[in-house]
Parts: sequence; structure tokens; C-alpha cells
Amino acid sequence: MSTTTIDPVTETHKEVHQIPSATVRFAGDSGDGMQLTGEQFTRTSALLGNDVSTFPDFPAEIRAPRGTLAGVSGFQVHFSSTDIYTPGDALDALVVMNPAALKTNLSDLRKGGILIANLDNFQKKDYEMAGYDANPLDSEVLEHTYQLFKVPMSKLVETALKGSPLTTKEKDRCKNFFALGLVYWLYGRDLAPTIRYVNEKFATKPDIIDANITALKAAWNCGETTDAFASSYKVGKAKLPPGTYKNISGNIAMAWGLMTAARQSGKDLFLGSYPITPASDILHELSKYKNYGVRTLQAEDEIAAICSAIGAAYGGHMAITTSSGPGIALKGEAIGLAIMLELPLLVINIQRGGPSTGLPTKTEQADLFQAIVGRNGESPMPVIAARSPADCFDVAQEAWRISTRFMTPVMVLSDGYIANGSEPWLIPDVTKLPKIEIKHPGPLESGEKFLPYRRDELLSRPWALPGTKGLMHRIGGLEKQDITGNVNYEPENHQHMTNTRAKKVENVATQIPLQEIEGPPTGDLLVLSWGGTYGACKTAVEECLEEGLAVAHCHLRWLNPFPRNLEKILRSYKKVLIPELNMGQLRTFIRAKYLIDAQGFNKVKGRPFAVQELVSEIRKQLGLGSNGQPARETTAVAELAGAADNGG
Amino acid sequence: MSTAPAALTPADFASDQDIRWCPGCGDYAILQVMKKVLPQMGVPRENTVFISGIGCSSRFPYYMNTYGVHSIHGRAPAMATGLKSVRPDLQVWVITGDGDALSIGGNHFLHCIRRNVDLKIILFNNRIYGLTKGQYSPTSPLGKVTKSTPYGAIDNPLSPTSVAIGCEATFVARSIDVNVKHLGETLKRAAEHKGTAFVEVYQNCNVFNDGAWDYATDKNTKFDTVIELEHGKPLIFGKNKDKGIRLNGTEPEIVELGKGVNPDDLLFHDEKSPEPTHAYLLSRMRHPEFPEPIGVFRDVDSPKYDLELNHQIEVARSKRGPGDLNALFNSGETWTVA
Repeated sequence: MSTTTIDPVTETHKEVHQIPSATVRFAGDSGDGMQLTGEQFTRTSALLGNDVSTFPDFPAEIRAPRGTLAGVSGFQVHFSSTDIYTPGDALDALVVMNPAALKTNLSDLRKGGILIANLDNFQKKDYEMAGYDANPLDSEVLEHTYQLFKVPMSKLVETALKGSPLTTKEKDRCKNFFALGLVYWLYGRDLAPTIRYVNEKFATKPDIIDANITALKAAWNCGETTDAFASSYKVGKAKLPPGTYKNISGNIAMAWGLMTAARQSGKDLFLGSYPITPASDILHELSKYKNYGVRTLQAEDEIAAICSAIGAAYGGHMAITTSSGPGIALKGEAIGLAIMLELPLLVINIQRGGPSTGLPTKTEQADLFQAIVGRNGESPMPVIAARSPADCFDVAQEAWRISTRFMTPVMVLSDGYIANGSEPWLIPDVTKLPKIEIKHPGPLESGEKFLPYRRDELLSRPWALPGTKGLMHRIGGLEKQDITGNVNYEPENHQHMTNTRAKKVENVATQIPLQEIEGPPTGDLLVLSWGGTYGACKTAVEECLEEGLAVAHCHLRWLNPFPRNLEKILRSYKKVLIPELNMGQLRTFIRAKYLIDAQGFNKVKGRPFAVQELVSEIRKQLGLGSNGQPARETTAVAELAGAADNGG
Repeated sequence: MSTAPAALTPADFASDQDIRWCPGCGDYAILQVMKKVLPQMGVPRENTVFISGIGCSSRFPYYMNTYGVHSIHGRAPAMATGLKSVRPDLQVWVITGDGDALSIGGNHFLHCIRRNVDLKIILFNNRIYGLTKGQYSPTSPLGKVTKSTPYGAIDNPLSPTSVAIGCEATFVARSIDVNVKHLGETLKRAAEHKGTAFVEVYQNCNVFNDGAWDYATDKNTKFDTVIELEHGKPLIFGKNKDKGIRLNGTEPEIVELGKGVNPDDLLFHDEKSPEPTHAYLLSRMRHPEFPEPIGVFRDVDSPKYDLELNHQIEVARSKRGPGDLNALFNSGETWTVA
């Protein structure tokens, strides 16, 4: 379709260095298309057979003022020829489209790393907007600390698109494809997947297709022909287990996992939801699949969202509500109702920075207290947490299995980092996944009395569906008599029912796997983690094990109840370290339950843990010094960079 | 589903639970009328569901031998919307009160009505918070002295029918607890309607707000204070049927029949009027300036959310098949590792 006159490019004639992995970040203005650029780089790398892990990081504003520090949007990709579990710590390459992006991202670039800057956006007004007194690209420190490439992207794009009928503004919008093409050359990536994407995405706009592909190829040629770029890098295929893979984000994996759970249990799915960042993509995704029997209701508010789901559960459907922390707070009373009604329901919380509106687009795992105890009265419910994007697929099914087996709402925790990040997913054969058995009581003849709160051996009650003859019964939020379900305020009964609801949730521990340990079964220190910090904790512990330290790693999937063997494991190590992106919530539960003096490593900066900060903390806990890694930045460079961890 | 068993009686619809409303409460009358109406509707008990919120009226489901859920304050319309969305085969009633529907549950009330979910919403309006022992409600009149308004209420009350009609409810009616014949007919009409049917019932709380509706129930005054709506008929009231409502411009006015005024000059009731304007005008006729209409204000047909949702599912299935997860997962860009 393309009418470009630039020759298709395939192989470099320059020197190629083989490297095991690399971490690249694209950073620019919110309107610069950095998310798209990052996503394209990720897809291409995954299709080339790399393992990939991503970290999109963007502001809450749709379009913050141009060129400001607050408006910087970034997308980080870690791609590797080995298994990886994090989006990477220090950057090997950083692309900055303007001075604000340089300022907010430079501190993450490793010494000697590649820095590509769009020279055309470093005019006086641009760097002043970012708070620089002089053009930072003229700084000698920058030149000496990094491999700096000042590329006049806007001008090069304009030249390449001379014959294009697009307006100047439209042409300028192609510069993200130029940045992408340059990085493609740098890492020997194939242009074909992105060319395919552009052709599909802009199928009705041939001029845009031409322009984007021309910009992409022009950049590749720029890398190949400009003397500035002396050599490129190659990251080989990762040795992943055999099978067919797809690059998948956490929210899509969650949606597909829910659909699979519905299919495996013979149910149609109902989602009651209210739009909220970063959970809305699950609503969007599920809304597409009406032919799969998926019913979605965009409710008038968070409360209606969960209440409609409870109504659907009462009617016998697989019922779900999705939200983030502020929405979960609004749902609190209704979650209590579901606990009292003892109906199956999945309450999915894609956590974000809090409290209140907090940091809508930034990640945090500070809703664990809310999940486990955030309701009035004694109101226990099982809580499960996903550890990575692809893991959401499995967690959704596991949560529904427990929810239906025990007739209880289950809280499913994910977070913004998992939800928006992506990784390769080994596509399962659905026909080989385990079925989820659900029984409903059948009709009763007249004279027999139906007892809605008569329980089975695990204390689960029957799921009786309206429309079934002879099973008419009344349930509600008032305390009820055991077995009959009739309203009952007697002191002994309330104590008994409270104990029963608690014991039922404890019984979940008998139906979940025992906790596994990565590393030796005893030792000096155990790292205990949950949720989205899995990859960083796993990688940090692996690094320490390679160094010969006596450490191990346990990652919890179920936060309530804990696995039956957890206490024994915790007592097998001299120290327990619990890193969390909150101020110590799991640690509080662990200390309270087991009276173990677990140590915390906590931060809430809207960003995931870096592996190296965890390694340093582990060493510190073990009384060892620094591992000799040089500090990432010199004082001189620090002047050019904003404060570390300032997001952007 | 199952077929209606022959000759169910009101007693078949009574649950085995003791009724715990105060003696003399208007709720008893409404419960009795409901038990009389349901056997006439031909819907099996197992296909009937009552969902309520919180408040005195919301204990109602416990006393009916059908399926029932006593949910949380104000949320019954939301829960019923979810149930009806997945189970259009069920007849679902929502039992609510003035505080439950118009205060804490106001948002769900209006959105349920705008979606026209096929639910029967019965609002027991006693103009007071009874279960919490006597605070003013969103329908309490200005100046009402209660425990929480010792100096008199200063917030303007809502008219439940005005709110419902403002949301373009497809069925709106009003009746009175003690007027059991009229209430029975009204509930029947609501049950027959497809879409959200909203019925306001004037209900007396003899403990915390006794006599709130005396003007509408007293045998000496009710002919002048209440006007019974009949579709296609002129608005006539008074013991001797000698008064009527006439439109003066866009405003209603009371006129005396005879003396040059004929029934043909009066406002004719049209419950099928496609625009809600006429029904809204009726809802604005308040005591003591006007007789208050009872009966069906509005009964029109419009798409129902629950049926539309399930229709979308059927169409998608017939066009695209039941959905193949393996095909979905393997669609788009994938790669294979040997």
C-alpha cells in the first residue's frame, strides 16, 4: 500500500554487539504518542522471540500543558534473551522528545547508556519550560556521561515527507515513528510488524499510512547511514517453554480469565461496573463479547455496579464488579451484604495510588487493609492477588472457583502496573483447563421445607435459584438464623453465625495450594511478597542467591486466608523481609497473626520497585555492605535530572 | 419455566414469618392487597421476586412466600436491575419507601426508571423516617416538626410522581393504603405493564406521622381532595361530581360544572400521551390548592433495558456463533516457540 520511495531496509552493515537484554524508555509529551511507540516496540520484540516486560507511565491529565514536567509520558520496555520478570531498573537507552522528558527521566539512564534527544524540541522556550537555564544538550557532562545522540527528528521527518499532502502539523505527528525507527535500527528490530499495524490502523487514511511508514524507514536509514551511530545491538530469542505466545496486558488477561472461568463453570458472565482508572479497560474488553453471553452494565455509580452484580449472582449468573480503590470504598456496604447473603461474587480492585483520588495513573498496593478488613462488622472474605499481567488470567479462574465453592464474595487484587504492563502469555488450550463444578439445588415437592443456610462440610450454603419450584426463600442483610435463614437477633445465634462465617473463610485454606518457596528451605532471610512486586522480588533474590547469600523468596497468591504452611516457612529463616508498595500492610497482618518480627521495606512513589534497591535492602538486612555497584548518577548529572523517582 | 398452579389463594403467598410492623400500620393493608392481587396475575410464586431496601416497608419480602431479598438502604432498584438483566423470565417487584427511594437511593431510582427496566416499584410514602423513629423525609412538607427538625423543615419536599415522570417513567400511578379496591386495581395495572412501573402509595405511619394523609382518606373531605383518574375521561371531582379541572393556558384551574362550563371544556385524562407533559401537570396538583390525582398518570410503551440487553446477546450469538475462546486467544499477533 505504501508508495514511499525509500528502499525497504533489512539488515545493517555496521558492527553488531550481541547483548543478553536491554531496557529502553521512550519519553515525551503526553501528545507525542509515546505509549503507542512503546507498545509497538514491545509487540515487535515479543514477535522476535524476546521475553518482554513493560512499564507504561503516564500522567492523569489527558493533555497536560505542552512541554511541562507534569505532561511527560513514558513507556519502558525490558526485552531479553532470558526469562525476565521486571520492566528493568537502569535504562540502557532513553529517547527524549523534549527537555521536560530529559529532566524527568535522565536519572534512570545508566552511565554510558544511549541518550537520543529530539534536537528540534530543545529551543530556548522548550528548555526554559522544563526549568533549564541553558540548553542541557550542550552540557559537557551529558556528552561525557552518556552516548548522546542529538537528532533533529522534526526536521528529518519534514524532509522525508516533502512529497506528502499532509499538513505540517500532521507531518510533525509522525516523529514518534521516527523515534521508533531509530531504536528499531539500534536493536536490529524488524519493521514489518509495525508496518502491518500502521496499514491496519489507518486503513482508510492512505496518506497517514505513507507518512508514518516513511518516517519509520527514514529513521532506520538514518541509523544505518549516519556516522554518529557506529554500531548496533542484538538481543537474541529467549528460551521460553514451547507453545504459542501472545503479548498480553494485565487488564486483558483479567477479562479473558473471567470469560474462561464463566465458560469452565457453565455460566454466563455479568459485569456491573463504573468507569475508573486503571480498571476501565476490563469493562471495555468484556463489553465486546456479547456472543460469548457476556452482559455488561455501565452502572450509574460504584454502588449500583456492585448491587447489580449481586442481583445477577442471586439470579444464578457469574457476577463481577471491577473498580479501583476509591470505588471499592463506595462498594464496602454492598460487599458486606454479599458476605451476609453468602452469594458468589468477584470484586476486582485494580489498585492505584491513594488515599482519596490519590494518583489515578500510578501504581501502589496500599488497598490490602481495605481488602481484608475494610468493612463494618466482622466481615471476612477471601482475598487473592495477581502477580503479573499474564497471571491475571489464572487468578480470575482461581477466584471464581473459590467464590462458588464457598458461596462468598472474593476480592481480587491487581494494580496499575500489572493492568497496563504486558508480557508474553503462553496461550492455553481452553479444552484442557480444569472445569469449575457448580451445583444448584433442584425443585422440592410441596411439604418439604427448603433450608437456605444448611451448610456442607466446608460450611458453604446452597445456591438456590429463583424460578426453582419449592425453593422460595428470603435472604437479607439482617442477621439470620443458622440453617433456616430467618431473621434472628438472639445473642448466641449472632456469635455462632459470626464464627461460622469466619470458619468458612478459613476453610478456603484447605482448597488452595500450599505455599511454595523459591530458594533453600531454610536460611538467613526470607523475602515475602505479594501482588505486582513479584518480578522485582524474585529477580533480587535470584541475584543474591547467585552471590551465595542464604536467602529465599515466597510470593503469596492468597492473602486471606494464608496458605496452611506459611507459618512453618516463616519460622525457617532467621529474618523475614516484606517489601511492599505501601507502608507495611502485609507486614501488619503477618506480625499480628504469627507474632513474627518481620521487617518492612516500603515505598509509595507511584512506581514499582527497582531490583537493585531490593538487593541493597537484602544485603543491608544481612549486615552486608553495598554490592559495589556504582551510583547511577554523578552530582553533575543530577543537576540536569529532576529528583529521582519523580515519575513523569 | 413452570406453569401456574391452579387456583392459588392469598394464603399461598403468605410466608411463615411473624409480621413485625406496628399495630395499625398502613403496611398491613398493602401486604394484604398484594397477596390478593398476585394469585390473579398467573405468575407462579417461584417466578416472583421481591427486592427491598431498608426501612419499615422494606421488611415486606420476608412476609411473602416468594423469592425475596432484603438488601441495603436505597439499592433495591440497582440489585433488581442486575437480576432482571440476567433473568428476564422473573417478575421482579421493588418495595421501597420515601427515604429509601428518594433520599439515599435517589440515584438508582432515577437511573432504573430511565433504563425502563421491567420492574414494579412500589413506594410506600409515609412522609417520615419510621424505622429510625421519626426524622423528616424528602417528602415531609415544609415546616414539618420532627426529632431532627425541631424548628420545622426548611427543605422543599419532592413529589415522587413528579420525579418519576421527570425521568420519563413509562408507568406512573398513585393509590392509598386504605383504599384497598383502588390499590388492588392499581397494583394489577402495574404488574401488567412492561417496563418500569412506578406506584406511589399514600401510607399512614400511625406512630410517627399519624394522619399525614387524613385529607385524602377522611370520608368527609376526600371527594374534594382526591380526584380519580380515568383514561379518556374529563377530570371531574366532588361529592356531586360538580367540579372539574380546566386548563387555563398551561395552568390547571378548578371550575364548577354548570354555569356555562361543560364537561367537554375540562382537561381530559390521557395516560397514553407520548410526552410526559400531561402526566407531569397532574403530578403538580397538590393539596390544598388542588385535589390530588390517584390512579394511573401515565402508561406508555418504550424499549426495556432487560429485553434490549438480552436481545443484543441473541443477535450477537446468531451472527457470530456462541464464541470460541481458543480462537479468540489465538487471534491477532502470536508467535510460536518450538
